[in-house]
Amino acid sequence: MVMRRQLKEKFMRNLFTLVAFASIAILLAITIFLFKEGLPVFNLISVKDFFFGIYWYPTSDPPDFGIFPLIVASISVTLLSASIAIPLGVMTAVYLAEVASPRVRELIKPIVELLAALPSVVIGFFGMVVVAPFLQNTFNIATGLNLFNASLMLAFMSIPTICSISEDAVYSVPDALREASLALGATHLETIFRVVLPAAVSGICTAIILGMSRAIGETMVVLMVAGGAAMVPSSIFDPVRAMPGSIAAEMAEAPFRGDHYHALFATAIVLFMFTFLFNLIADYMSHKYRQVGDATL
Amino acid sequence: MEKKLKMASKNLNFYYGDFKALHDVHLDFYENEVTALIGPSGCGKSTFLRCLNRMNDLIPISRVEGEILLDGANIYAPSVDVVNLRSRIGMVFQKPNPFPKTIFENVAYGLRVNGNRDRAYLAHRVEESLKRAALWEEVKDRLNDSALGLSGGQQQRLCIARALAVEPEVLLMDEPASALDPIATQKIEELIHQLKENYTIIIVTHNMQQAARVSDITAFFYIGKLIEIGETDALFTRPRLKQTEEYITGRFG
Repeated sequence: MVMRRQLKEKFMRNLFTLVAFASIAILLAITIFLFKEGLPVFNLISVKDFFFGIYWYPTSDPPDFGIFPLIVASISVTLLSASIAIPLGVMTAVYLAEVASPRVRELIKPIVELLAALPSVVIGFFGMVVVAPFLQNTFNIATGLNLFNASLMLAFMSIPTICSISEDAVYSVPDALREASLALGATHLETIFRVVLPAAVSGICTAIILGMSRAIGETMVVLMVAGGAAMVPSSIFDPVRAMPGSIAAEMAEAPFRGDHYHALFATAIVLFMFTFLFNLIADYMSHKYRQVGDATL
Repeated sequence: MEKKLKMASKNLNFYYGDFKALHDVHLDFYENEVTALIGPSGCGKSTFLRCLNRMNDLIPISRVEGEILLDGANIYAPSVDVVNLRSRIGMVFQKPNPFPKTIFENVAYGLRVNGNRDRAYLAHRVEESLKRAALWEEVKDRLNDSALGLSGGQQQRLCIARALAVEPEVLLMDEPASALDPIATQKIEELIHQLKENYTIIIVTHNMQQAARVSDITAFFYIGKLIEIGETDALFTRPRLKQTEEYITGRFG
């Protein structure tokens, strides 16, 4: 009897360990595959030329595999979308957690979160059909499918993430801190900016990084509305081609295990590095500003 | 020496929604005296205390009837600036609640929100407040460390220093020692003794020995009503009412 119980315990423990390690194994397998398929491109082209070459003509003869324009496109789209999404997302979060009545909060928060449920192709379609012509006519530019449009659409996509996680962070700041601030003669606004937001900063940073990593990895929207020109942009209204979109668009045409194919995988490695870095930063932030003591979030 | 009236509540009723939490409370508080509010859990003593600096304003469904006078003026009058009122009436909470900032910034907070920016002046006032809260010697070398690294008793004295820094006239204390060990509690009680030279102190406590030790006047609350009030010595040795006697001898509550 005791033997059987112990056996069962042991079996269950091993089962859980196995399940937990499955996802790690999958991640590892994908990473190995990525590097195996991507690294051969460096037999053809130096690492420096790959990263800093400004021409991406994968199908010309001889082909050019410089992904600098793609990296610049990804970074600029991400930064521009972040500069739109962070103020909007965080301010919405503060409104919901600190200003709105409970009823309004209960109503608006799910709606904002629903924005995250929109398939990216729908947002891309909206950008193409509604925003692009509007930009083209308003600013009198050659094409509405450009860096700014893509950033705007990506901002729509990252606002729910940023807002929802920030709101949780702000809301979970203990009331004791708010009361302490008010009891010292601080106004509601002073309490928000001097006590509540600093106390929630780790959660807000995590929210921002997660929102941005969603933007940098986003494929469909950028493919649809960024314009697709592989050149280093000189204005926010220039069309650009970001890394994920480039991979998605070209992979189907690239000959299997050809140079172009390897170059795309190498691009994927770079992209993976970026998202990996973002996750590391998010992790670091959430630890660095973690509080200790009674006021712990 | 004649006692000077500092605060008074008149006909005070308080409601949480439909629930009437305080019934017609009349209570006077004199300068340089410590008044203890005692009573079993849920008797309304904390609610009453939070009426005194309008902390209950934060509860959306709450409602106040009657008056609370501070130096003769009703603090619930429409013209009263709550922010200004709260800087005249300091509060120390049950659980130490320092801000996740440095020790210095915790004490300087109230001054900063009132618009003081002069570094030297802030430093002077922070030192003075920490000394008055009997914490200076323990923290003077680590003012720029996080306040969250202090022990519970130190955190509570820091909260007292923080409240004193804005130079309030009245100090409200909501069970300030209930989360502390006996040694830290003793320090807080000694502190209360010293502070009453300069402030009007109103303290809520569950601990009757504590009320007997620190207060001049004790008020006994029971289910939202003020039952009995008197000089602390008299109330604990010769309570006039049976309910009071039963509570202080531990027969209920």
